[in-house]
Amino acid sequence: MSEKMILIPVRTTEQGTALNKGKLQEAYMLETSMVDVNTDDMERLGLQEGDKVRLSNEVGEVIVTCRGKKPDDLPQGLLAIPYGPPTTHLMDSETYGSGMPVSKHMEVVIEKVIV
Amino acid sequence: MSENTRTIKNAVCTFCGCVCDDMELTVDLDEHRITKAKNACILGRSWFSEHVIEDRPIAAIGGKEVSFEEAVEESAQILTKAKFPIIYGLSEASVEAQREAVAIADYMRGSIDSTSSVCHGPTGMAFQGVGESTTTLGEVKNRADLVIFWGCNPAEAHPRLFTRYAVTTKGMFIPRGKKDRTVVLVDPRKTASAPVANIHIRPKPATDFEMIWALRALIKGKKVNASIEKVTGVPLETLQDLAERMKNCNFGVVFFGMGLTMGRGRYFNTGALFSMVTDLNEYTHFVVKPARGHGNVTGADQVLTWQTGYPFGVNFNLGYPRFNPGEFTAVDNLARDGADAAMFIASDPASNFPKAAVEQMKRIPVISLDTRRSVTSELAYVVFSTSAWGLNEHGTAYRMDDIPITLRPAFESPYPSDVVILSAIKNRVFELNIDKRSIGMSARSDIGKATLHASM
Amino acid sequence: MVSATRIVNGKVYDPINNIDGVIRDICIEDGRIVESVPDSATRIEAQGMVIMPGGVDIHCHIAGPKVNAGRKLMPEDHRKDPYPGTAVTRSGSGGIVPSTFTTGYRYATMGYTTAMEAAVPPLSARHTLEELHDTPVIDKGFYVLLANNIFLQNLIKEGRQEEFQQAVAWWMNATRAYTPKLVNPGGDEPWKGKRNTNVHDIDEKVDGISPRQIIEAFVIAADKMNLPHPAHIHCNNLGHSGNYRTTLETMRTAGDKRLHIAHIQFNCYGGEVGKQPASKAAEIIEYINQHPNITCDVGQVMFGNALSMTADAPLAYMLRGINKNKWVNADTECESGCGIVPFTYQGHVYTHTLQWAIGLELFLLTENPWQVILSTDHPNGGSFMNYPKLIRLLMDRGFRRQEIARVNQKAIAKTMISDLDREYSLYEIAIITRAGPARALGLKNKGHLGPGADADITIHDEMEDKEMMFNAPRYVLKSGVHIIADHEFREDHTGRLLHITPEYDQKIEEVIQPFFESYYSVQFENYPIDKSYMHDNEVISTGST
Ligand code: SF4
Ligand SMILES: [Zn+2]
Repeated sequence: MSEKMILIPVRTTEQGTALNKGKLQEAYMLETSMVDVNTDDMERLGLQEGDKVRLSNEVGEVIVTCRGKKPDDLPQGLLAIPYGPPTTHLMDSETYGSGMPVSKHMEVVIEKVIV
Repeated sequence: MSENTRTIKNAVCTFCGCVCDDMELTVDLDEHRITKAKNACILGRSWFSEHVIEDRPIAAIGGKEVSFEEAVEESAQILTKAKFPIIYGLSEASVEAQREAVAIADYMRGSIDSTSSVCHGPTGMAFQGVGESTTTLGEVKNRADLVIFWGCNPAEAHPRLFTRYAVTTKGMFIPRGKKDRTVVLVDPRKTASAPVANIHIRPKPATDFEMIWALRALIKGKKVNASIEKVTGVPLETLQDLAERMKNCNFGVVFFGMGLTMGRGRYFNTGALFSMVTDLNEYTHFVVKPARGHGNVTGADQVLTWQTGYPFGVNFNLGYPRFNPGEFTAVDNLARDGADAAMFIASDPASNFPKAAVEQMKRIPVISLDTRRSVTSELAYVVFSTSAWGLNEHGTAYRMDDIPITLRPAFESPYPSDVVILSAIKNRVFELNIDKRSIGMSARSDIGKATLHASM
Repeated sequence: MVSATRIVNGKVYDPINNIDGVIRDICIEDGRIVESVPDSATRIEAQGMVIMPGGVDIHCHIAGPKVNAGRKLMPEDHRKDPYPGTAVTRSGSGGIVPSTFTTGYRYATMGYTTAMEAAVPPLSARHTLEELHDTPVIDKGFYVLLANNIFLQNLIKEGRQEEFQQAVAWWMNATRAYTPKLVNPGGDEPWKGKRNTNVHDIDEKVDGISPRQIIEAFVIAADKMNLPHPAHIHCNNLGHSGNYRTTLETMRTAGDKRLHIAHIQFNCYGGEVGKQPASKAAEIIEYINQHPNITCDVGQVMFGNALSMTADAPLAYMLRGINKNKWVNADTECESGCGIVPFTYQGHVYTHTLQWAIGLELFLLTENPWQVILSTDHPNGGSFMNYPKLIRLLMDRGFRRQEIARVNQKAIAKTMISDLDREYSLYEIAIITRAGPARALGLKNKGHLGPGADADITIHDEMEDKEMMFNAPRYVLKSGVHIIADHEFREDHTGRLLHITPEYDQKIEEVIQPFFESYYSVQFENYPIDKSYMHDNEVISTGST
């Protein structure tokens, strides 16, 4: 099952501390390949904590690991991902004359990766 | 840990734009590392403790170790031969290094851009359009009885903003700290910042502009249709209550983050917010403050502005600075296949630029200056390893509120500083480009027009 | 670099040494003027030319946080006025607030070799020094904003004048400043702390202190410390109708002690608050004529674009109310406010013409040009690039009449400007642009061409059109370096920072530190500025002679 959702890259403490260890280190790679998903959404999509999901749009796609968030913390239809390399694969380079690519509120399709 | 330690008081953390200058560092002089950072937050502690000297060559070309001089020569040649070279980054660099970088861009007649363009560039553009009522952080600490965080998450990005400057801290007219302030958070998510808020407003994502515009109307006493709730997800009463609180506080402040600048609305969002704050000054004292920074990105804005007149996205192709976001900004330069050489200073665009821009980096000669290996340094042709600014080198960093702080280095690094590297490249680029620059220039000003013309 | 130079056959104007258009040689060695140089010295043939000391701008806004905010605010303005680099100079942008490099080069292009940034919050002194370092050619210094400093105000309130003086001296040292600046004393607290109000009268107390008490304290402290330049004040009620009374009271507060009134034109208005202003230039200049202890700079308004940038935040907000243009407000904790608004002075507008005419009245009515110094309060009254035109307005009665005929006649009729026939001589121009400001600043090596003076020299082709003449000196020497020769840049130069280091008792730090730790957001130990920011510098000595 797949569904269109809004992806927002966010800062997390883990991403920040891992950054200091080094961007090529495991901790950073790990933290930046997590995506927070509303647990009600997860249920509907048949996702379990730790499942691999594919996020895709017309620019590209990435596979990241699903991490559940209580509905009170993260509204339905919203995905939060720590800033990092995976998001760049989904980011359009059009900046509409601003220099800033749309890097928050990106529309993506989320689906479970069947292994 | 060895016995050979040293303590440095009032040292400066440059990890985030808070640039806290009350660090007490314990330095292990034998192991060349900081073992303790008193007063630092969790991010600051990792900033200090994780900085160890990596074992890398001082310079490498195409993966092969070379001398400093060879790498400088190669870099200068690359930048000079290119038609549209770009310099990008600058956020984790001192003002002193940033000044050298702008000089190189001027001499090589290329583009220069800082990480501003992908964080608060739109904030700068809004500033140019409508101005801004703002303040230093100490005035927030001393006076702010209404503190609004909008689209930012200081708990995880600027942890000590709460304790040191804006919420729990006591100030001259805020003797009881948080008890004397009302804290409002505007964010669709219940972030780690939510617990400090007295009021958490959770709009639908990407409806900030609509919400700010409705608030502007309410502040001016205009009617707003209740359907605003459908658009923003926030009931009209909640907006009315916020508008009244803003008008009736003694000193209000809005901190905002990339929730406003990175979405579709970009400078429309920030421009609307600045305008709202300006409107509020009819009723009371109100200020707004972008919660900026990684490192010294604020300093990059300052230096670029004083040297060129423009804060980011500057190009020197015609022999003088021109500004055009969307054209001379790094993402655009790279993604449209424009840049034919690039120098990245203390930043890692390969890990956060759009794919199309990263693809271009792989096609052109890239020069990288960084303290440690990064996605960008891995794809670079010329790689300089630098000492760490602030930890190993003197210099200046600007806080998010434009206050410059002098850095207090903790231990020595075997690597040269970015200032040393950039200044060597600058001198060589200057020599190589001397004939591009007109020898004599008329110093006669045009009567009444106050302009100068080059005698070309 | 040329080490020795002899300038021959030029007509020298050097008022400090009473030389009025005499043809004589000027000799230069190691950056200074000397009695003679060897025959091998480089010669500059200056026949038909006028030689003057380099210009000294006693009041302008060219570096620091508010200037940079003003710069950033005006991309549309920079675009119209690009400034290309040369083989020896960096590029930049011009407009009403040029980039740092362009600022330095354009001052040089106009024959000015020294300029004083007039308003810097102490907390931003470091930023200002960085910008000044990137402002080439000219020597420079800055005035540090202290009148709305809450700690200092507390000492005044408690009558602790001795400690107050110590603290002022500490602050001068900590910031590397040139003199204390007072802007709308007492006006910050009502602005920041009382919902954007202001103080309206020199004797009105806000939180237990009046502007007059503050002014008095600074006048006395500056006098006791023998500062080379006294307290430099932007008076209360600036820009408001009826404010000439405040100005008179401010000057009276100084008694017979020295005081410098900044851009006094903006403080010469009659009429009632909120109504149309009238000229009170004559009343003000009459007081100054009688009181040699007062100096002022005019703050001439020039028609065209300006950028109002001031530590007087309520004033900027008032101006914003007039034109609804983009507006910047910037508070500095415990120290200062700041406001910025783009502004255009237009000849057809009554008030603008009145302001323009008042400035000219002040110049033309003064009995002693040494006290009345040329400035536009750049960029508040217009760019410093207007100086040549302003000089022509003073030197050329015919030109002045032409210009008068083009502006609002109702306003002209309210002033004496049409009746004033005075024409400034070159000697007097040398006073109001060189000798006068140098003397007012206590810069003994500037503003003249006697032996020992800094070899800051301009050489102009003598021309009928004085605007043309002062727009383009043929040669400009700075510290003996030939910066401009035959109207072309030949060499770059960094220029020096001018600052003072008055003595103070270290114990005052124990008084300041606790306040700091409670109410500032930076550490006390990180506040004073270390030597690394100083580049080339010169300490101007305090104390007599
Ligand atoms: S808040 Fe920012 S500057 Fe302060 S200690 Fe934490 S990471 Fe460092
Ligand atoms: Zn001024």
